Amino acid sequence: MPPSKLAIAIHKLTSCSGCQLALLNQGIGLLDLLEQVEIKHFIEAGINHFTAEVDIAFVEGSVSTSEDLERVQHIRQRSKLVVSIGACATSGGIQALRNLSDENWLQAVYAKPEFVSSLQHSTGIAEHIKVDFELWGCPITVSQLNHFIQQLLLGSKPKPSGEKLCMDCKRQQQVCVLVTQQAPCLGPVVRTGCGAICPTFGRACYGCFGPSEQPNCDSLANRFAGLGLMPIEIAQRFAAIHSHSPPFKDQYQRWQTIHVREVE
Amino acid sequence: MTKHFFARQHLNQLFNVLMDSGYQVVGPTVKDGAIVFTELARVEQLPWGWQEVAKPGHYHLTPSRKNLCFAWNTGPQALKPWLFKPEQPLWQAEQTEQGLCFRQAPAKVTPIAVVGLRGCDLAALKLQDQHFIHGPYPDPYYQAQREQLFIIAVNCAQSAETCFCVSTGDGPAATHSFDLLLDELEDGYLIGVGSEQGQAVFQQLTLGQQATIDQLDIAQQQLADASQQQRHMPDEHSLLKLTENLEHPQWQDVADRCLACGNCTLVCPTCFCSKQESTSDIKLQQAEQVRLWDSCFSEQHGYIAGKLFRPEIRHRYRQWLLHKLANWQQQYGRSGCVGCGRCISWCPVGIDLVAEAQTLLEGSPHESAHR
Ligand code: SF4
Ligand code: SF4
Ligand code: SF4
Ligand code: SF4
Repeated sequence: MPPSKLAIAIHKLTSCSGCQLALLNQGIGLLDLLEQVEIKHFIEAGINHFTAEVDIAFVEGSVSTSEDLERVQHIRQRSKLVVSIGACATSGGIQALRNLSDENWLQAVYAKPEFVSSLQHSTGIAEHIKVDFELWGCPITVSQLNHFIQQLLLGSKPKPSGEKLCMDCKRQQQVCVLVTQQAPCLGPVVRTGCGAICPTFGRACYGCFGPSEQPNCDSLANRFAGLGLMPIEIAQRFAAIHSHSPPFKDQYQRWQTIHVREVE
Repeated sequence: MTKHFFARQHLNQLFNVLMDSGYQVVGPTVKDGAIVFTELARVEQLPWGWQEVAKPGHYHLTPSRKNLCFAWNTGPQALKPWLFKPEQPLWQAEQTEQGLCFRQAPAKVTPIAVVGLRGCDLAALKLQDQHFIHGPYPDPYYQAQREQLFIIAVNCAQSAETCFCVSTGDGPAATHSFDLLLDELEDGYLIGVGSEQGQAVFQQLTLGQQATIDQLDIAQQQLADASQQQRHMPDEHSLLKLTENLEHPQWQDVADRCLACGNCTLVCPTCFCSKQESTSDIKLQQAEQVRLWDSCFSEQHGYIAGKLFRPEIRHRYRQWLLHKLANWQQQYGRSGCVGCGRCISWCPVGIDLVAEAQTLLEGSPHESAHR
């Protein structure tokens, strides 16, 4: 048993706030959790003490603005462990799509782009500070978060897992949508964590939990081409949620430059 | 074996007798575009009028020529998940006033009667029995359910494109391990008895007459038709030579295609690998140890004493193929492949185990020395 409660903080950078809900969404379980941890900072729950020193800082959101960058450095200084939670904090999130744009998209989207002040790229926090552990997912789940905290409470080193979604999908005995429907499922290159929700409902995996261990994206993308996907569709498939993660970005770059012309 | 004939409309009597004898009936049905084994309450749930089209990386159902219920060959799973469960709790621990208290997780078993298993499935069952019951560390969970199993096998009347049981010697006829055996004819079924248990159920069936010579001939012809297969696994003796080709360039060729996704191993009816995970509640009062299906394609499966022993995909594919086809022969007295073709159709990128084995053997230095 640890001598005292773990002091934790939940921080938010550029994000939708969905991952923080993993803490709040556990309902009655939150009371049990509060017996083990003390929340020092968590604005979504009404606790505002940004400068508090903590054992673990959970950081949601990508580094997207200069303020984000400043804050994430402060967080690192005041926290024993920094844990990134969710797609934004681990790989820049959906907003990292702008990293792929070479045109001036600001003009295209905003009437007064001069009021928008952001960094050129949206990035995961590990590109800026040392991160001790990553919880992938869009959003992360309650059990993922609690499992991580339990391991620390028990004094064991949290075990990272990059297991592929297909493993979980098969354990649940879902019928493979890639094989039966030729659906472009990312399961073979995406880590487990969601419980194989999409294949359970007959849909191809979108890749919310990010690249798995040893993702052979070249082969899977070739397979998608064989199933009849156009190069731009393959590029978009890999760019959906973790476009800034290296293995998925590589596929985006590989396929988006292939142009298909109709034969007269 | 003496065989009796009963008409199609009496198939439900077999279901009724099984249920009245206390069995939960498990069998094939159509679900999510595949043949899936599930609990059945009525014969209407069987896959009437369906057969599969299976190719490397591809599987779909298509209406069969006749309204039969066993016109298909395989689905992604058959018996394996009912005996070797994908998730098996092993023990629970609880903090009590006297300290930590451990309890073994009870085996949750019910008598089940499985309908529709094929020759390949039974050969796989025999191998799993060897591993889980007759090995040095018998598995109580597998064993408990195995003892409560009643098997109604079916002789295959056709083969899918991916079937190659003739070359492994495991089909298309079911020759062992069943309690009752069916041949599906156009107007009904031939039924044969394979055990005392089977005899007890058979005696309660009030229907049927001894099969005619014509009916027996048709059943023989169906088996002959099913024996016309497109794929042929090299014989066991040749397969042993695979271990002499550890640096064959084909290992890299297949690794470029292989996703190391583990699908082949999880659909394979003979694969038995697992891992264990522990969970606890957030108050750290209760913990549970669970055994989960794992695969030699998982990174952690080859992680021993601080080192990844199979760091690259080519090492893992080599492990799978060599263990299954060659090293099983030392371990279990035969190759671990029963020719069901599941790993071929359920591989997302359509890697064909038979074709890979053939290519690897063609380049064998051993082979060429004999040429
Ligand atoms: S449906 Fe997707 S995740 Fe499931 S086995 Fe097929 S490829 Fe893998
Ligand atoms: S190796 Fe493939 S064909 Fe052989 S038994 Fe396993 S799944 Fe079936
Ligand atoms: S492999 Fe043989 S026994 Fe198995 S389904 Fe195919 S034909 Fe039948
Ligand atoms: S052979 Fe196919 S099913 Fe097996 S791990 Fe490789 S890609 Fe997955």
